[in-house]
Amino acid sequence: MLDSLAGLGRGGLAALASLGRAHLLLWGIIGGLPSMLLRPRLLIAQIYNLGVLSLLIIVVSGLFVGMVLGLQGHYVLSQFGAAESLGVMVAASLVRELGPVVSALLFAGRAGSALTAEIGLMKATEQLSGLEMMAVDPVKRVLTPRFFAGLLSMPLLAALFSAVGVIGGWFVGAGLLGVDDGAFWGQMQSKIDFHEDVLNGVIKSLIFGLVVTWIALFEGYDTSPTSTGVSRATTRTVVHAALAVLGLDFILTALMFGG
Amino acid sequence: MGPALTKPVSSCGAASETSQAPGADVLVRVRGLHFHRGEQRIFDGVDLDIPRGLVTAIMGPSGTGKTTLLKLISGQLRADAGTIEVDGREIGSLSRSELYALRTRMGMLFQSGALLTDLNVFDNVAFPLREHAKLPESVLRKLVLIKLEAVGLRGAVALMPSELSGGMARRVALARAVALDPMMIMYDEPFTGQDPISMAALVSLIRQLNDASGLTSIVVSHDVAETAAIADRIYIIANGQIMASGSAEQVAASDSAWVRQFMDGEPDGPVHYHYPAAPLEQDLLRSAVH
Repeated sequence: MLDSLAGLGRGGLAALASLGRAHLLLWGIIGGLPSMLLRPRLLIAQIYNLGVLSLLIIVVSGLFVGMVLGLQGHYVLSQFGAAESLGVMVAASLVRELGPVVSALLFAGRAGSALTAEIGLMKATEQLSGLEMMAVDPVKRVLTPRFFAGLLSMPLLAALFSAVGVIGGWFVGAGLLGVDDGAFWGQMQSKIDFHEDVLNGVIKSLIFGLVVTWIALFEGYDTSPTSTGVSRATTRTVVHAALAVLGLDFILTALMFGG
Repeated sequence: MGPALTKPVSSCGAASETSQAPGADVLVRVRGLHFHRGEQRIFDGVDLDIPRGLVTAIMGPSGTGKTTLLKLISGQLRADAGTIEVDGREIGSLSRSELYALRTRMGMLFQSGALLTDLNVFDNVAFPLREHAKLPESVLRKLVLIKLEAVGLRGAVALMPSELSGGMARRVALARAVALDPMMIMYDEPFTGQDPISMAALVSLIRQLNDASGLTSIVVSHDVAETAAIADRIYIIANGQIMASGSAEQVAASDSAWVRQFMDGEPDGPVHYHYPAAPLEQDLLRSAVH
């Protein structure tokens, strides 16, 4: 019994210490912003690595999610004679929820895990220590551009996910199931509010981008520099980032749309 | 490491490591160094001096803290107690920016080379120059080529680190480490895993670079013959203390059983071959019962 309590205490202290290190790292990363702005090429290279290289999975997933929404939405709405509202349903689902959330989950799986593995391997192969010894701060030189690249890429990827999803929904709804084209786009245009729907979705995806990239960088930077350590850190990134995104989504949705 | 040795061997040379003549030019001065990691005591009151302009070897069996000592000297780790002075500045009291300024005058060759894997050989060597020297690209190119020529790899400028052999990677890392013309360079196990040709090249390079550039070199190694061949002064560390020090000849002539075992590469002696354990019969009987 006492051993269990002691173990619980040790676990709690370790978690708090880890949280503290993560916040210190975030502070250090943000502190590197001025020097990064002087060298925008570092940021652009990382936007390519994190954003552009994630395009394929985002576009393909967005298309299929939109097509499924079109099918399911049409099935439900047609029972109430409201199939013409399919465009609103598809767009609202994507812009408010599925776009930010699913693209963040995909981003965590594709770019987040790659980030953790890259930073972890740089640590294991002493590249980060090498930078330190060359009087170059690895947090500012390596982590800061990756963090801001993730932060900027995420809303763009989410927007693209939603846009492609809407096209998928339209293709199934209007193209295959016979929903009126004009009603599909017209209702979407009149019912989707820029501030209420689109902007809130963008805010969500910004926050998800921050959290996913922060977790990925911290796990890589804090990992034990062994093959097992890097492997576990990569797994933790995906698990922790996915849970954080889903948990935060509930909180943000409650704050934004909860009345 | 066996528990046999509890008392450090005294300095082999006529002059102890901490009793150099007054005014002797010491670049790195370590006094009363204590450091532990977890439950393990790494250093327990170590004193040593690294003379300026010479090649000093830090030797000892694996796991005795040789690399840790380099990390303490370079400020990557902080000592639990004691002082480390580099060029008259105490490492523990430096701010981050002061430490970084000092590091631009230190080079370090890591065991793995630590080359940046997304940059080619040229860009790796150019990296510290681009970060700190702010030179025109044409001047920078000439400097990089001169550094690479010194390590015999000018022809490999366009290769990526993944295309280099282990020995080539260390030579590129060496060119990078001396790119800013540092006052001292630290070598972490430079000979480990090298074929005889690469090893001979590295041995010769370390000595030549030291003498030609007026560097101070600290070589951490457990390769006795290669290190002794180029070292002006040797420290042997184990069990958290300096076990012996002096010139290669003085250390080689030591009559300490511990030093003899290390220098002659005997598998058993004061440092036991077997890790401390219960008697074999006891372990075997226990497993039979289970």
